Amino acid sequence: MALTADEVRYIAKLARVALSDAEVERLGGELSTILDHFQVLNDIDTADVPPTAQSFDLHNVERPDVTRPSFDLEDVLLNAPRREDAYIRVRGVLD
Amino acid sequence: MTIDLDLTAHEHAANLRAGEYTSRALTEATLARIHAQDASLNAYITFTDDLALAEADAADARIAAGDAGPLTGVPVAVKDLLSTKGIQTTAASKMLEGFVPIVDCTVVQRLKDAGAVIVGKTNLDEFAMGSSTEHSAFGATHNPWALDRVPGGSSGGSAATVASRGVPLSLGTDTGGSIRQPAALCGIVGLKPTYGRVSRFGVVAFASSLEQVGPFARDAEDAAHLLGAIAGDDVMDSTTVPVPVPDYTERFDRGLQGLRVAVPEAFFGDGLDADVRESIERAIEDLAAQGAIIDRSVALPAASAALPVYYIIAPSEASANLARYDGVKYGFSVTDGRSVEDEMAQSRGRGFGAEVKRRIMLGTYALSAGYYDAYYLKAQRVRTLIKREFEAAFATHDVILTPTSPSVAFRLGEKVDDPYAMYLNDLYTIPVNIAGNPAISIPCGMSQGLPVGMQLIGRPFEESTLLGAAHAYGQVTDWHRQAPPALG
Repeated sequence: MALTADEVRYIAKLARVALSDAEVERLGGELSTILDHFQVLNDIDTADVPPTAQSFDLHNVERPDVTRPSFDLEDVLLNAPRREDAYIRVRGVLD
Repeated sequence: MTIDLDLTAHEHAANLRAGEYTSRALTEATLARIHAQDASLNAYITFTDDLALAEADAADARIAAGDAGPLTGVPVAVKDLLSTKGIQTTAASKMLEGFVPIVDCTVVQRLKDAGAVIVGKTNLDEFAMGSSTEHSAFGATHNPWALDRVPGGSSGGSAATVASRGVPLSLGTDTGGSIRQPAALCGIVGLKPTYGRVSRFGVVAFASSLEQVGPFARDAEDAAHLLGAIAGDDVMDSTTVPVPVPDYTERFDRGLQGLRVAVPEAFFGDGLDADVRESIERAIEDLAAQGAIIDRSVALPAASAALPVYYIIAPSEASANLARYDGVKYGFSVTDGRSVEDEMAQSRGRGFGAEVKRRIMLGTYALSAGYYDAYYLKAQRVRTLIKREFEAAFATHDVILTPTSPSVAFRLGEKVDDPYAMYLNDLYTIPVNIAGNPAISIPCGMSQGLPVGMQLIGRPFEESTLLGAAHAYGQVTDWHRQAPPALG
């Protein structure tokens, strides 16, 4: 199956990845080729087969709810690209 | 005195305890060698000389006090996907260049507790996505056996530096073959533990239901000691399984007599190079001569669908895991966009490399409305079939034997522009991550002057069986003692 440029741009919007026109064109071809290889799965009968999300079924792993010290504020802000006092600065989200 | 840097970790550990030389002397010599080799290999993104020398001095104090384990004072390199407190951790991505974690990941903490000396952070494919270490924002790593060839990937730096006798031990991660395939292409031992055996806390996440941290070494004994140091459940990773950690050398005296080995023909079909097949067949004869019982009647038909299953599940998980890189809290950040959303999209578009974007797009597509059932859910159902198939095979066999990789090391640039050709490198390793079992790659031959690796797959939490078989095979063959040409 061939992905159109509009479909590639739609997926890129969902993924929040800015792509150049050249990237849109290249990815359209590459993803279409890869998706074609996935078609073999349609030949496998999975009618009564449950899905597996993780190899070994672990359920409800619990631990005692004990308070621990938090990270130091300076440490947490160490890698922030834009900082103002004790805050991470971001662009306004409302017009 | 001159220290022989070609020794294994257990030989160094014995010499350190006997007072032949200090960890500081060993560490200084090791740092000199890996710095020099890196002009040819580019195996490291960051060297940690200061940390290493401090750890070496602490290790010497422990050794003097009689408090030394098998790794105390021994140099180890770790993949730059593992968070190291106070030391840049990049995942080989422009997105994380200069990112300094505020905690150690659990496995690095356990290495430090064991007294190991961490000498550097090794190169990889960006976010561990690749099979050649060419997809690194810091340049490709070269194979010490032939510098114009790839070391495999994604843990290519960790494999190359052990193969070149830079360090005796290193850690990698394996999501679809990223420890075993580079181990095979570099002629060393590499082990992917059972899913849940080793903590993933602090490991930069790619595909959470598939990946594990594991050891690279030059023999089974060293791999056993390194696995023993990092294995075990962890309160910080609720997918770790509370199964007791054995002494991983416990089966070293068992030999190969009576070992029930399944050799599935599905792993010997189209796409396997003739020279690799020849080496594997000779290894099978060697195992049989030592008393192993070879069974070629096991089919494993669903495993042949593992590649598409993986390339749906892994990118889907990656698209979710990598959503955290938004240029706001940390990492590469574009600050002159039109809006907050535009800045996030620009940060991701410019911070991620081509293969990472390809997989995020693939995963986003597979999870998107209208395609979820056809791709993601279908892949998870086939995953169940693959897992059942492995369970059935292990009801009557101790190990499954396959080639690790369809070919020996290929040339730099040969496959980097053809994504699907690159994906086929992991044809034989991927089914194991889908099922969750442990597997080891061990050197078993040479072709065109390049190493060939054999994969042994085991039952969940039976890493000891794999290491015992690898040790026994290493007693009657010397493929693991072959060394690449010395580098400058």
